[in-house]
Amino acid sequence: MSLHEAAREYATRHRVRAWEALPWLAGLAAFFLFPNYLAFGTQVLVTILFALSLDLVLGYAGIVTLGHAAFFGAGAYTAAMLAAHAGWNEPLSGLAAAALVAGAVGFASGWVVLRAQGLALLMLTLCTMALLEQAANMGAAWTGGFDGMPGLAFRPIAGLFEFDVLYFRSQYLYALAVLFAGFVAVRLLVYSPFGRSLTGIRENVLRMHALGAPVRARQVRVYAFSAALAGVAGAVFVQANGYVNLAVLGLERAAGVLIILILGGYGRLYGAFVGALVYMLLEHSLSKAYPTAWQLGLGLTLMLVALYARNGILGLAAALRSRWSGR
Amino acid sequence: MDLASILLGGLASGMVLFVVSVGLSVTMGLMGFVNLAHGGFAMLGGYAVALAMRHWGMPFFAALALAFAAVAALGVLLERTLYARLYRASELDQVLFTIGLALVMIAGVTLAVGPESQSIALPAWLRGQTDLGFLRYRSYSLALIAAGALLMLALWLGFERTRAGAQIRAAVDNRRMAESLGVDVRRLFTLVFALGSGLAAVGGGLGAEILGLDPQYPLRYLAYFLIVVAVGGLGRVSGVFAAALVIGVLDFVLKVEFPKGGAIFIYALAMIILLARPQGLAGKRA
Amino acid sequence: MARSRNWTRWLAAATLAACTGGALAQTVKVGVVLPYTGVGAEFGQQVDRGMQIYMKLNPGAFAPYKVELIKRDSKNPGGAAAKTAVQELLAQDKVDLLAGFIYSPNAIASAPLATAARTPMIVMNAGTAWITNLSPMIARVAFSMWHSGYAMGQAAANIVKAKTAVVGYSDFPPGKDSLHAFKAGFESAGGKVIDEIPMGGPGQVPDFTPFFQRAKDKKPDVFFVFVPAGDHAVAVVKTYAALGMRDAGIKLIGPGDITQDIKLQAMGDAALGLITMHHYNADLDNPANHRLVAAWKKEYGADAVPDFMGVQGFDGMAAIAHVVQATRGRVDAEAAVKALKGWKYDSPRGPIMIDPATRDIVMNEYLSELVKKDGRLVQKNLGVIEHVKDMCKELKEGKCAQ
Repeated sequence: MSLHEAAREYATRHRVRAWEALPWLAGLAAFFLFPNYLAFGTQVLVTILFALSLDLVLGYAGIVTLGHAAFFGAGAYTAAMLAAHAGWNEPLSGLAAAALVAGAVGFASGWVVLRAQGLALLMLTLCTMALLEQAANMGAAWTGGFDGMPGLAFRPIAGLFEFDVLYFRSQYLYALAVLFAGFVAVRLLVYSPFGRSLTGIRENVLRMHALGAPVRARQVRVYAFSAALAGVAGAVFVQANGYVNLAVLGLERAAGVLIILILGGYGRLYGAFVGALVYMLLEHSLSKAYPTAWQLGLGLTLMLVALYARNGILGLAAALRSRWSGR
Repeated sequence: MDLASILLGGLASGMVLFVVSVGLSVTMGLMGFVNLAHGGFAMLGGYAVALAMRHWGMPFFAALALAFAAVAALGVLLERTLYARLYRASELDQVLFTIGLALVMIAGVTLAVGPESQSIALPAWLRGQTDLGFLRYRSYSLALIAAGALLMLALWLGFERTRAGAQIRAAVDNRRMAESLGVDVRRLFTLVFALGSGLAAVGGGLGAEILGLDPQYPLRYLAYFLIVVAVGGLGRVSGVFAAALVIGVLDFVLKVEFPKGGAIFIYALAMIILLARPQGLAGKRA
Repeated sequence: MARSRNWTRWLAAATLAACTGGALAQTVKVGVVLPYTGVGAEFGQQVDRGMQIYMKLNPGAFAPYKVELIKRDSKNPGGAAAKTAVQELLAQDKVDLLAGFIYSPNAIASAPLATAARTPMIVMNAGTAWITNLSPMIARVAFSMWHSGYAMGQAAANIVKAKTAVVGYSDFPPGKDSLHAFKAGFESAGGKVIDEIPMGGPGQVPDFTPFFQRAKDKKPDVFFVFVPAGDHAVAVVKTYAALGMRDAGIKLIGPGDITQDIKLQAMGDAALGLITMHHYNADLDNPANHRLVAAWKKEYGADAVPDFMGVQGFDGMAAIAHVVQATRGRVDAEAAVKALKGWKYDSPRGPIMIDPATRDIVMNEYLSELVKKDGRLVQKNLGVIEHVKDMCKELKEGKCAQ
């Protein structure tokens, strides 16, 4: 089989479509078009990665969680404490360490809480995150507590690209690269047999049990994987900003990423991209225009999307597309 | 510190949690609707009390009654026009909608009144201490305990002894069955939503002394209300009551004995209960 | 010959006109980062008002230069939103000065950006002591917890004549700062702190009853309390009264955060007898303060009142005006920081100075007691301590030593 045919076959099996290159081209274009907004851009990229990790558990495995920031924070604090206390400030290995720690936390907590469902599960995830936040506050000698750990310095990425304090240039490209890698991983997972069994679990748990599928084990595994990915997002956040505090473990971050994913459309992989972009752009521009009243505009937008779109913006787009393509 | 003081203190804070959370529990239990804007109704009630007392010179209890009526009416309006459209939507869309509504309420209050926190001037006989014979204790806390107990009694009577209450209980347990028996579930929804919002409003006004009152109220205490509802068991008034009291008292005791522990104990306790009994203290096994 | 002389004269005149014309048109851009929404919106509003009132009372302070305030919402105390806002103010809006910062995490997160962009940063509230060490561009016109804490500790021993104290504090860095400051001051003057009680976090207002009950059981002479300004403080005062601690002979003392002027009247008679140490309260008796209070009430209503945050915004604007004048509208880092170091001003809080060594504020601390006058709560002055510095950096305690 020639290279061309092999690539074609690969693309068909994984359903890669031509337009999927667009988000990445757009991300690169933004780097050149908006050179003064790259700090904001980095925040968006980190949030997309975080939302992507949530989509794995929410959109594909059907686990509703209000505590995903526990893993974001676990990864963030791992990277921060390694740099501040152990002098280990090489960024790429910091990412790996964060993924390991966050994944372990995810595995442990998933093993404990995933026996529950519905409201109980939701509250269990919330409480887990809150416990971690309290622990981080109590260990303020290590974590800096409410005031956080300032002045975190990291070595250049791959020894070449220094972290740019004022313009965030290398941070932005770094976040983009990590997001790309994370996205590829998630995509491969979702289209793999494991990923398909997750969809089965989400659609009909009873039938999956009847089929003899190890439901709980699969859920815990995807939960751990998602936690690791969220931890990577947290580590990038810390490395890009050079600062961490308790907010990385807070309900505001966890609820925020959930809203973003619902807004964009969960279970659709790109919902994370659309949701994060729309929500954060809206918040950003509204708060500049109306520093005291922007929450009104944001709230109204959320209400309207919830009322008129089933499954967020992408869901709305899909519904419109099917209507126009004729039924 | 003696047992009586601890118990009374814990009961008082538990009662505030109960009054605000009971509406959320019944709404979520009956309508299966995740209403994360519930704290917003409590906030609006508190503001109604504060503003009515300040600008119209209304006495405290009259203002509470006004808050109940006004917010219940608002609840009916919102339920009929907006909430009803989302009954068939997924829970996540309900989350999206109600968080948006909470943001609108926060921004609306900030624009209308300002970002400052409000205080409610309690009537003179509620400030200071009361002599119980064996103990002098904060009058306001004692009043909260009395109010909570009365409310519990009223709700219990309402649910156990009235026809509407029986219909509500039936619909919570099995909506389809209740509908097929001729219960007008739609009307029940509106009634329950109005009641829940009104109670939240009263809780907001009564509890302002303890929980404060400012535009951030709806989202700040949301986690706490949800925990009380989950631990109590959806749609079970007795469950919410028990959960609120247990959480209130234990939180209080642990803070006296181990102040450095922070809020860890509450979250750990909630987790233990939910892992052992996911349906909540009074909930039925699914 | 005459023509070339005319040419030169014309050229000289034209160049002069261009230079002064350029300076006249020069606008100094100030990026203001405050919480306009969210948890600290009330405080952001106070600082913002302080800034506006300064400009109203001193319309000529910036002349002939213009100043443009670009306001950005810091949204929450998490640091990230403030950092993004500051980055854009520096990179996109190219501001000449940064100002604001209510919450310490936001100031802490923004410090490296100010250093990298070489833009002076005027901190108008954030009170963690070592903030001024984070960047040579930072000057603080606000306070550190040690200003009031240490002074209160000394005053508790020397003026109130207390021998034992229990300290209650909110469990986050300003609370711990306040605890250490008070303890250092109190114990160096011969007192003894017999218990330290963390009382919940800065987020939700906890029910203070269990903590106060524990303090009451220890029977100290004074109970020193630090909680964040705002609703926490109101709850503290009400709990103190509700538990009958005054009748038990325990005085409630603390930094002025617990008697913030905008919350004072809401506390009611429960607050009578409270003794606080702070750099400002609205009842200070000096001409500058009388002018401030009058202008404030005229602009924002008879019920509105300036508080320590308001005066910090006011003084911050004064500092900015000084920088603009001293650098002739061309705010470059070296000249600006030099102008700020050693700057003296007659503020409504008394005479203030920016310490050239630390770039932190040196000011008076007032010991006050709450009394009733004409049916309102009023701060009665018990004593003044002048030229108070941040003792954390003076004594090189902990993180202040860096």
